[in-house]
Amino acid sequence: MDAGFFRRWLTTAARAVERDADRLTALDSAIGDADHGSNMRRGMAAVAAALDAEEPATPGAVLLLAGRTLVSTVGGASGPLYGTLLRRAGKALGDAERVEGEELREALAAGADAVARLGGAAQGDKTMLDALLPAVAALPDLAAAAGAAERGAEATVALRARRGRASYLGERSEGHMDPGSASTALLFLALAEVADDA
Amino acid sequence: MPERQARVGIVLVSHSREVAQAVAALAAGLAGGGELAPVEAAGGTADGGLGTSAELIAGAARRADRGAGVAVLADLGSAVLTVQAMLAEGDELPRGTRLVDAPFVEGAVAALVTASAGADLAAVAEAAGEAYTYRKT
Repeated sequence: MDAGFFRRWLTTAARAVERDADRLTALDSAIGDADHGSNMRRGMAAVAAALDAEEPATPGAVLLLAGRTLVSTVGGASGPLYGTLLRRAGKALGDAERVEGEELREALAAGADAVARLGGAAQGDKTMLDALLPAVAALPDLAAAAGAAERGAEATVALRARRGRASYLGERSEGHMDPGSASTALLFLALAEVADDA
Repeated sequence: MPERQARVGIVLVSHSREVAQAVAALAAGLAGGGELAPVEAAGGTADGGLGTSAELIAGAARRADRGAGVAVLADLGSAVLTVQAMLAEGDELPRGTRLVDAPFVEGAVAALVTASAGADLAAVAEAAGEAYTYRKT
């Protein structure tokens, strides 16, 4: 996987977020402040534009640029959280020209770790981690990671939120999918899709 | 006569532009008297909506920086996370910038009073954090 692969991954993810923005916002209106879709759409569109303008030359540089762009454009908590995921993963990849599956797994595991620390959350708290951690565990098989992320997102429906705004709702947060886990599933679906096309 | 020491700068990060500006004005009004430490508001998104803007925070921190450090107070979720993520990045905020764990309004008043009295960053952070210990019932 080279820089081109990583750019395709994130531009594919940007299109998926664009397509599903209304669904993400609907999920967020049930248990959050109804801005996840529009925030992620704005952030990922800015990522796609930045990757187009700068064409970073290594996988690490692609992720660093994407992460920085998300922190500065999203406006909600998903900005620093996704920004931290991608930047930390980008740093872990260093300046390698190409990345193998195992290196991707280690980099995203480092990113997921940083997200957990930043948000003070763990698996089962009904956050993006419920999709992210199973997906990372299923790597380097990209199709398996996409499936694990989707199942992880589905599993948040039954959970009670313990982090973020949704946690104020207590038991009323049950019965709704966590929007962050839904956008994380889109990210991993895009990864598997790009690998399929390669 | 020795040169006056630089004051610690205060940055107030809220989801709302109006809240950040009003708390800055409240703190400045209550700190009163002598020379005030710099206090900058970074509220809402760049287009004035509710949320957090890394750009506004970085700009406010640069304006508040007099070389003695910058104490950042943040209100909720993404405001806190954004400042933490910017600090973790290392180069987005002036050296000596610190996120202070404090209640937003009371902490801002305590931080600005303390910074204006010429205290260092650690003392400003401590004074702001002590606002948590004042019980209201």
